[in-house]
Amino acid sequence: MEELILKNKNIKIAIASGKGGTGKTLLSTSLFSVLKNNYDNVCLVDCDAEEPNSGIFLNKELISTDIVTQRVPVIDTDKCTYCGKCHDYCSYNAIFILPPYKIIRVINELCHGCGACTVACEFGALTEIDYEQGTVSEYKIKDTQSRFVESRMKVGVMSPVDVIKAGLKKGGDKGIVIYDAPPGTSCPFIHTVTKVDFVVLITEPTPFGLSDLKQSVETLKTMDKNYGVVINRAGLGNDDVYAYLKENNIPLLIEIPFDREIANHYSKAEIASEYMPDFSDKLNNMFEKIIKEHGNSSN
Amino acid sequence: MKVAITSTGDNLESKIDPRFGRCAFFVIYDTETKSTEFLLNPNKNASNGAGPASVQMVADKGAKKIVSGEFGMKIKSMLDGLEIQMIVIKDHQKTVKSIIDMLK
Repeated sequence: MEELILKNKNIKIAIASGKGGTGKTLLSTSLFSVLKNNYDNVCLVDCDAEEPNSGIFLNKELISTDIVTQRVPVIDTDKCTYCGKCHDYCSYNAIFILPPYKIIRVINELCHGCGACTVACEFGALTEIDYEQGTVSEYKIKDTQSRFVESRMKVGVMSPVDVIKAGLKKGGDKGIVIYDAPPGTSCPFIHTVTKVDFVVLITEPTPFGLSDLKQSVETLKTMDKNYGVVINRAGLGNDDVYAYLKENNIPLLIEIPFDREIANHYSKAEIASEYMPDFSDKLNNMFEKIIKEHGNSSN
Repeated sequence: MKVAITSTGDNLESKIDPRFGRCAFFVIYDTETKSTEFLLNPNKNASNGAGPASVQMVADKGAKKIVSGEFGMKIKSMLDGLEIQMIVIKDHQKTVKSIIDMLK
């Protein structure tokens, strides 16, 4: 009966951390693996568009790849009078203009696609074309109904945000959706967690882990998000992270021990929870607790 | 000919600013009249595009050479197109005055 209730719920969970290399992908792929065995409609979205690598762990078949684009201006130099108004309207230094030399150029990498320059031009010299930002690929996980979505940014593009947003959209709202978030607390992270029901922050019990965990917590507080913490490499470092969690009443969800076996599996692109039943059980319990407290009924 | 030098301060004793786009000041030195002009760089704290904006500023002043510590990726092709020469100074302790002496 209880299982039935869980199966009818929708939830979006982000796996995030301020510090890089704390185990976001380890946790995301392991949790995804456990959930796809226990539930029907599970989707993992790799939002770390600058360096997506969750896909390496998965046995998958490509369904489709979409190209994510942004509008950028092109300038018709026959119509351009070099008045400089488009340059003045641009907040991102994306239009380079030297009127005396009759030089005008768009720097696509700096353009945010806001369209202000095309509004500014009174001579019809600016039109817009599509500029590739990256790709979003959707995969089916073999022998399951579960899906994997990967956001991948094109090298040289200024911000991964558009590609991440396209990936979130492809992940959808139905069933269980897990986001492998990009590291840090800037725009890519913010966009990833904006619509989630719960954020799992993963950290390690070191001064670096604690310092960056605090930043993540402060950010999530301003966003009014529910969150809990997973401590990876437990047994390493010191107790300061534990003291911080206690002082601030932040739930400690699970601890993942500092264990060579995990590192061995990871280094071979094997999903740790598939080889370690204890870890798998811990993840399942953690998920059931999260969905009971934070999941939305699909009714 | 005019030469732009990136400077950390507003006088000749200031050290060279090793960053081009985000330097504190540009010194425009005219090799013919021997005059110098110090310009505060408004792009110092630009969130992005400081390099191209600084190229625009320096090119607008008519500089044909730029002396700095390093140049970013985005601007190299621009400077080639404008036929502005980049001169990289490895010793960041050099003063603006000593660079001007080398140009004389």
